[in-house]
Amino acid sequence: MMNLSILKSDKKNLNSLIAAGSALIFIGFIDIILSSFFSTNITAFLPNKISYLTPLLFGLFGLYLIRIEFSGNKLLDKVNTNFNSSNFNALLTLLVIFALIKYIPPLLNWFVFDANFAGNTKEDCTSGGACWVFVKVWLNRFVYGLYPDTEQWRINTAFLTLFLLVGASFFVPQKFKKYIIIFLLFVYPIIGLKLISGGDFGLKYVETGAWGGLSLTFIVSAFALILCFPIGTILALGRRSKLPAIRYTSIGFIELWRGVPLITVLFMSAVMFPMFLPDGTYVDKLIRVLIAITLFEAAYMAEVVRGGLQALPKGQYEAAKSLGMGYWKMHFLIILPQALKLVIPGIANTFLALVKDTPLIFVVGLLELAGMVNLAKTNPKWLGMAMEGYVFAGLVFWVICYVMSRYSQNLEKKLKTER
Amino acid sequence: MSKIIELKNVNKWFDKFQALKDINLEVNQQEKIVICGPSGSGKSTLIRCINRLEEHQDGQIIVDGKEISENTKDLEKIRAEVGMVFQQFNLFPHLSILDNCTLAPIWVKKMPKKDAEALAMKNLERVQIADQAKKFPGQLSGGQQQRSALARALCMEPKIMLFDEPTSALDPEMIKEVLDAMVDLAKAGMTMIVVTHEMGFAKEVADNMIFMDEGKIVEKAKTKDFFENPKSDRTKLFLSQIL
Repeated sequence: MMNLSILKSDKKNLNSLIAAGSALIFIGFIDIILSSFFSTNITAFLPNKISYLTPLLFGLFGLYLIRIEFSGNKLLDKVNTNFNSSNFNALLTLLVIFALIKYIPPLLNWFVFDANFAGNTKEDCTSGGACWVFVKVWLNRFVYGLYPDTEQWRINTAFLTLFLLVGASFFVPQKFKKYIIIFLLFVYPIIGLKLISGGDFGLKYVETGAWGGLSLTFIVSAFALILCFPIGTILALGRRSKLPAIRYTSIGFIELWRGVPLITVLFMSAVMFPMFLPDGTYVDKLIRVLIAITLFEAAYMAEVVRGGLQALPKGQYEAAKSLGMGYWKMHFLIILPQALKLVIPGIANTFLALVKDTPLIFVVGLLELAGMVNLAKTNPKWLGMAMEGYVFAGLVFWVICYVMSRYSQNLEKKLKTER
Repeated sequence: MSKIIELKNVNKWFDKFQALKDINLEVNQQEKIVICGPSGSGKSTLIRCINRLEEHQDGQIIVDGKEISENTKDLEKIRAEVGMVFQQFNLFPHLSILDNCTLAPIWVKKMPKKDAEALAMKNLERVQIADQAKKFPGQLSGGQQQRSALARALCMEPKIMLFDEPTSALDPEMIKEVLDAMVDLAKAGMTMIVVTHEMGFAKEVADNMIFMDEGKIVEKAKTKDFFENPKSDRTKLFLSQIL
């Protein structure tokens, strides 16, 4: 103890302690780097287990030495307060840094430095890293599915128009914004679908079974998102209705759809549903799937919205009523604008879950992005490419979801009012 | 002067608890009534029954010639004629003060937006917060919020105004500004029923005082008589405690 208390820093031996501490930490880093990448162990003379832990011991002791309160050195104080406030925190700091040193470079190697980008076949992938050739060759399929190559301009046009319209709605004056949004919600989906499916206006008919890849992910997600929101809101209002018939119908609907896994719902829509239809009627597979996902997510949405409705103080309802508003005016002008604002995080959550649920449509034979990856990896010429494929699909999904999440956060900030 | 509100043998229960017991009350046009009484005595429930924010189970409530019951089809029309100011203001926090005031005239009375805004500004002027019209409720003080709520109710051009403890949630220095606005309104000839503990206000504007206890109207009297010469012992006790 005596020794340690001498070693405990104070202003007098500040510089020497910092020097010693930094040196120890430095040795620790050298040790871990050497043993990770050059397979040389500078502490090999020590017993096996101890030598494995030496970087940590060096680092810990070094950090202990430089842990000086209010040294006057800004950088040192910052390090001490943020990473080195106690022995335990010092340990966590070191573990995280060492883990990064140990695992980030190999990961980067696999992703970038050792990866293969050139070539057209599996045999071009020789260097041991990721074989991005696979993604490159299959990219067209990953985006368009089995949609005929010559017709892909139709998908491009549809999505380009969509992005332009959405972009325009952000920049045009408030007066036109309304019309663009109405057009986007009610007119555009029909035009877009017609353009992609074809069959009229001299466009070749492309059956929905051939749709696929990322474009299908977008189509399914977008339709389900747009439709599940109003249905969910109506269900939420229904569940709080005073009329028993409406209330129990809503409760029954919500609990039924929440209680079954999506995959069985999709399966039912593919296998069971056609049996209930009269002979000769045929509802397209994609439409059945869209309805199934929409109703499934609407049940979740309903509960999210109901949470918002319940969070509103009773006074808001009473004030609206006392001004002579009826049920619908009260809800659309007063209650829903506030309730929905409260549950933006929950709505975003449901939307993200929905987007990530779309791969399940493989059970009815529709292959969106993840489904196409699944298909491609079983191609005899490309066996063993599962990792690259799934990493790619994962990244794409992450980007989509992250964009949505950021947008919801912006919306939350924009709509925030003080209570 | 003609009757505008009439309550006949009104009874109300919350489950087993009887909140109102055989209430009989008549209010004439332009009459100002102040209701006081200990908490839990049913005074808020009474005025909330008048625009059916609470439902009564027994008896008759007739407002402006129309009986209010579960069968009332045009309940919204009656409510549009009966303005209400709440203890907790209940402004709509997602709308500016001006929008708070214009929303109901535009959507309920189908008033053109321009007229509604002019009316709103007139009423905001009247309660002296026209300069705050563009702000949101959360940016105003309690007194300003309550005056906005008063202006919002007035924008429906009601025949009757109900006040449910309008100053109870306010800091002392803000009470006066709200009471002043209410006094102005009373002088302009509005029919008012006010639940309040502000006895100074009551003495200044009330034609009649009502004292309630345990769901019953214990005493109803001219304001002067009520304060100088209360009849029931319960009233005397209450007055001695709050005056």
